[in-house]
Amino acid sequence: MTDKKVRHGNPALFNAMMQPHFCPGCHYGTILRCFAEALEETGVVQDSVLVTGIGCSMVSMHYIKGLEGVVALHGRAPAVATGVKRSLGKDKLVITMQGDGDLSAIGMGEIMGAANRFEKLMTIFLNNANFGTTGGQAAPTSLPGQVTPTTPLGKDTDVAGFPIHMAELMTNVKGVVYSFRGAVNTHKRYNQTRKALVTAILKNKENAGYSFVEILSACPPGHHVKPKDSLALVDKLIGEFPLGEFKNTDRPA
Amino acid sequence: MIEEKRMLCTGNDAIGWGAVAAGCEFFCGYPITPQNEIPAWFAKNLPEHGGTFVQVESEISSINMLLGFVATGKRGITTTSSPGYSLMQEGISCMHAMQLPAVVVDVQRGGPGSGSIATAQTDYNFAVKSAGHGGCKSIVLAPSSPQECHDLVQLAFHLADKYRILCVVLPDAIVGQSAEMMTVKTIDFEEELPKKTWAIATSGEKKGARLVLDSFMPFNYASYFPIIKRKTDQIEQNEIRYEEKMTQDADILIASWGSTARTSLEAIAKARAEGLKVGLFRPITLYPFPKEALQKAASNVKHVLVVEDNQGQMLQDVEWALEGKKPISFLGIDKRDQPGGMGLLYPKPIIEELRRIEI
Amino acid sequence: MAVYEVVIDDKRCKGCGICVISCPKDCLEISSNFNQAGYYYPAMVKAEDCTGCGACVKLCPDFAVTVYEPLEETGS
Repeated sequence: MTDKKVRHGNPALFNAMMQPHFCPGCHYGTILRCFAEALEETGVVQDSVLVTGIGCSMVSMHYIKGLEGVVALHGRAPAVATGVKRSLGKDKLVITMQGDGDLSAIGMGEIMGAANRFEKLMTIFLNNANFGTTGGQAAPTSLPGQVTPTTPLGKDTDVAGFPIHMAELMTNVKGVVYSFRGAVNTHKRYNQTRKALVTAILKNKENAGYSFVEILSACPPGHHVKPKDSLALVDKLIGEFPLGEFKNTDRPA
Repeated sequence: MIEEKRMLCTGNDAIGWGAVAAGCEFFCGYPITPQNEIPAWFAKNLPEHGGTFVQVESEISSINMLLGFVATGKRGITTTSSPGYSLMQEGISCMHAMQLPAVVVDVQRGGPGSGSIATAQTDYNFAVKSAGHGGCKSIVLAPSSPQECHDLVQLAFHLADKYRILCVVLPDAIVGQSAEMMTVKTIDFEEELPKKTWAIATSGEKKGARLVLDSFMPFNYASYFPIIKRKTDQIEQNEIRYEEKMTQDADILIASWGSTARTSLEAIAKARAEGLKVGLFRPITLYPFPKEALQKAASNVKHVLVVEDNQGQMLQDVEWALEGKKPISFLGIDKRDQPGGMGLLYPKPIIEELRRIEI
Repeated sequence: MAVYEVVIDDKRCKGCGICVISCPKDCLEISSNFNQAGYYYPAMVKAEDCTGCGACVKLCPDFAVTVYEPLEETGS
């Protein structure tokens, strides 16, 4: 048994003590693997602090060995991360991981304030188009017509508005040097997203500015789909939220 | 450490000097009257002392930014005034959950709502009774002069680190905006502080990841409360501070805090000239409240008068402390000289009240 | 011919079926065995078609799949 050679396995940084607590079919575990691989590739885990918001991604730091973390209040991760970064200085990387209810609803002020203050932070924005933890309520990112506990007849854009495109929005802030939207529902997109995370981490390492990586994720219970249909669900989200790199610039003068 | 010097200084600037003298390395805040001099002071002076100043987009953000900074084990401060202090409650509650040491200054203005931008003492209950939701209590220190602002901010940093707790310094606009001569110097509290082993990335090399987490994590929620109980018991036993003046022979005891204690002192001087024996009891720590000290000070008086620039908030604590053994009367915000927001409590209505009291 | 060995950690698996759908050669299928938590976990049904691409490993949200290199003929 011992002479078997692993071709594809779990990242060395994955904390095998953890049994992922996500629902079957949720992509957060995949995203964590992607993030762990990116940390491994860049070799910065010893110098990184992860600030998570409230939501399903709250205890993400536990999944990665050697990663320190702070759990911030709902929406406040960029503010907490600013405090951590200002204390630890240029040599440390401070990364926030926030869901869409956290970042694009209650935390809009904090993310915009931090980006506009030209903080040298990185944000991983997990967009599953609903409030997963609290039972799948409509988020600012929810699709028109999406049925949720708070939009039982489908999201009516006339009263609930249109889905907010954070990755595009962030490009308008001068302090943002990198903005990307990816997904992890195919092998190819997984690799693209990992590459984007590596780019964002390296930008962050050289203190170029704010890097923003949005990753589309499925939430099977929130969207009332079977776990096996979660990959197709993300394809539906991609119809609303186009994938790609929206901004990649050097440190603004 | 800071060089000892004497200067004319407002209470707001004194808070800045006190923080720097205590080795504070971080300030974040949002403009709000009547504490705008404090961010201005820090913006100008903190970088010179090796610290970082950040102007934040809201008070909600500033308390959370402070949370992030102190989670790394360094000393940080934020200042605000009453409506901003309301906005900070969620973050303050979270800092109690994480047991993070930090200092928050609330230079009170009139509430409720936007109220008035001038002085008031309407935040007593708010600051003392519960730090946001959850019912935890911050140590609350009430200065009555610029010198005390300077000293109590240093004490606040010391107690915060000693007990791993949030400390609130609660001056009002009069204390913050008046200038007096004062001495700036680093106070040595002659106590060894515990090492901040819980902080993130305090050492160059990490030996296993340290995590600063909120206490609502299911595995330690129930064990949180006994820890807090032990801590508050120690605080209530060791950290009570108060001031007594002319209480030895007093027939009437005025209980007052912050700027109205100074107003009361003038009224007491005039009353004594008329032959009325009046003394002053001033709690410096509003939490922990000096219950036994107040009982002792009031043991030989015939009447207790509570004076504060609000509708009767510390009054409840005085009633609780004296357990119905002494007659208590109250003089508050309705005795201001004018009904507008700029009105003040002057010594005159206090003297009139003292004359009215039958002993 | 040497084949890649795909091992599913049935304790971690939540039976979501993402590996089954993501496999470009349709090598995996949900089996009739279930684990302690009651999830039906997948099994390899077409081992000879597996190219060792690792799509099932990367896309598994529960860190439950590992692909091993083929064992050397002489080694075994």
